[in-house]
Amino acid sequence: MSKVDESTESKTPSRDELALEGIGTDYKYGFRDEEDYVFKSGRGLTKEIVTKISQMKKEPQWMLDFRLKAFDIFMKKPMPTWGNCDLLNDIDFQNIFYYIKPSIKGEKNWEDVPDNIKNTFDRLGIPEAERKFLAGVTAQYESEVVYHSIREDLEQQGVIFLDMDSGLREHEEIVRKHFATVIPAADNKFAALNSAVWSGGSFIWVPEGVKVEIPLQAYFRINAENMGQFERTLIIAEPGSFVHYIEGCTAPVYSSDSLHSAVVELIAKPGAHIRYTTIQNWSRNVYNLVTKRAVAHANAKVEWVDGNLGSKLTMKYPAIYLMGEKAHGEVLSIAFAGEDQHQDAGAKIIHGAPDTTSMIVSKSISKNGGRTSYRGLIKVYPDAKNVKSSVKCDALLLDEKSRSDTYPTMEVDEKEVSIEHEATVSKVGEEQLFYLMSRGLSQDEATAMIVNGFFEPFTKELPLEYAVELNRLIQLEMEGSVG
Amino acid sequence: MTASNSNSKRILEIIDLHVKVEDKEILKGVNLTINAGEVHAIMGRNGSGKSTLSYTVMGHPRYKVTGGQMLYKGQEISEMSPDERCKLGISLAFQYPVAISGVSVSNFLRKITNSKRGKEIPVKEFRQELKAAMAKLGVKDEFLSRYVNDGFSGGEKKRLEILQLSLLKPSLAVLDETDSGLDIDALKTVSEGVNALASDETAILLITHYQRMLDYVQPDFVHVFQDGKIVTSGGKELALELESRGYDWVTGEPASEPAKV
Repeated sequence: MSKVDESTESKTPSRDELALEGIGTDYKYGFRDEEDYVFKSGRGLTKEIVTKISQMKKEPQWMLDFRLKAFDIFMKKPMPTWGNCDLLNDIDFQNIFYYIKPSIKGEKNWEDVPDNIKNTFDRLGIPEAERKFLAGVTAQYESEVVYHSIREDLEQQGVIFLDMDSGLREHEEIVRKHFATVIPAADNKFAALNSAVWSGGSFIWVPEGVKVEIPLQAYFRINAENMGQFERTLIIAEPGSFVHYIEGCTAPVYSSDSLHSAVVELIAKPGAHIRYTTIQNWSRNVYNLVTKRAVAHANAKVEWVDGNLGSKLTMKYPAIYLMGEKAHGEVLSIAFAGEDQHQDAGAKIIHGAPDTTSMIVSKSISKNGGRTSYRGLIKVYPDAKNVKSSVKCDALLLDEKSRSDTYPTMEVDEKEVSIEHEATVSKVGEEQLFYLMSRGLSQDEATAMIVNGFFEPFTKELPLEYAVELNRLIQLEMEGSVG
Repeated sequence: MTASNSNSKRILEIIDLHVKVEDKEILKGVNLTINAGEVHAIMGRNGSGKSTLSYTVMGHPRYKVTGGQMLYKGQEISEMSPDERCKLGISLAFQYPVAISGVSVSNFLRKITNSKRGKEIPVKEFRQELKAAMAKLGVKDEFLSRYVNDGFSGGEKKRLEILQLSLLKPSLAVLDETDSGLDIDALKTVSEGVNALASDETAILLITHYQRMLDYVQPDFVHVFQDGKIVTSGGKELALELESRGYDWVTGEPASEPAKV
């Protein structure tokens, strides 16, 4: 996540004043670099481009076959007929660049990353964040990972943290055994698209019993206009291991749209624990259509901590398949939709074994006509006895023209279960505002405080640096939002 | 009633104030002058308009001033937002403080203190000041990590109100039914907190239904509110009289002229 812009570092800023220029009207990460690429595919998608990507990456035949099959599926599958169809149908697949290779890749020393890209990530605060509190970092620029590091002690314990392409090259057997087993290419149109043209993303393998106590981070940056970024992440936690992975995303502001369509697969083997945190802050010309799914085996635990602030349209429903007894899944998400934004987010939990438990907490805020939707599924299979699940969705509307909808689905085929569902929609109250303003806070400050409080159950799950940053972003979102 | 001390400084001067809430006139010509160093109590039945006066002084958006003047240190404040009034030195201890879920008391207190003082107070310095203020009000440390007024008992809410005022250090503290919902021990502690706000430079406007808080916070002036205006004023003995005789004898009397200022 980010740092203060140089222009604001001269004065001593208070935490609230820390001016990342407003991300709504004046998105802070919206700057762009000159393009300097080794390869840029033409606009649009063809079988030749898919083949070319695979060849440039010198992939094994099975991966090329997988891509080509996925390409066929993508071409055949219709667009989803649910969600925000108007926005979805605006996507012009023939106008997108599907693969852009920056002029260098995979550096292990920060100094070796080309200046323009280095400057970008410096401005985004990546190397600083790494020094401070991360165990490993990858930075992806367009289609390829340009920088990658992992702490030596983790490497010595056998932890693998690579970009997905290197993972395929260096650990082909592990990849082949797990790749696309959680999300097959045919899962949905955008998963098929990703399967055909994927590039970059993270590959993590944690050996049995190893606990990675500090987070691993990946940072995704789109630079070119009409770029399609299709990273592919696979995390495998062997029995009894633990890993926390954090990803952040930004892009420049362009007048026409870019597409981000990732596929993320998590596999938590018996007793393993995976926490996956996302702070998505794409600029408002980015379609963010992501498929995220985890499998949790017996006694395993998977947590999706999912923050959606940016993008034009996000459709993302992190899923957890609880396939072994006593597996536990949690999805904790927030969504913030401002003007011309639609955050269509939610969660899916599949209880496929007895004694499995799950919790979904979804919080959303809409302002300036923004729209949030919660779309969720709880499914309990027959004989999955003693399942416990609780779903809590809270929406906060900051003005009359904003909108929030809830689409919860429950499919329960077993009687001995306990499922709770609670949904609230509220407005920022006049009495709350008056109370806070009578203490000297401006209307914007008061609203930001109410909003930060509303998001607190989410924020407190973030590493401190992220929590502070998120509060700042919300403060900025609030500026001039009311009144 | 004229303030006798000729050296006194005007803190609040309300002249023929009329206030409407949703087209209904609640205040119908209130006159009140409060000088530095004074404690004023406003008493009256429920529904007499006492709380409306406190909200109006603080600037609640639903309370519309339709006539008269409201001067704070000589400056008309009717058009000012609540935060501007707070920064000028007016604070209100609410009768019903609202909960702000997810915001910890410590974070909240630091924010409002910084905001009022217009500067970032070093964390350590603030902590010391806060601890001292908390000790006076018998507030425990665990209070700080709770969410503002969220699940608070009546007594805890009132303590937090006075704790806030002790950090904001207002020149004019308006206390709206601060004694309601307090047991006798809490009443004592909270009253001590209120007394600590008083000085030669500050003024207190205490709105109450009962006399009992006035045993602890000694008013210089007592005003009786009836049907949207002050119907009689006096010294602290008036409060005792009200306590023994009820409000009827006041309102039963021909409501001659509003108390003069």
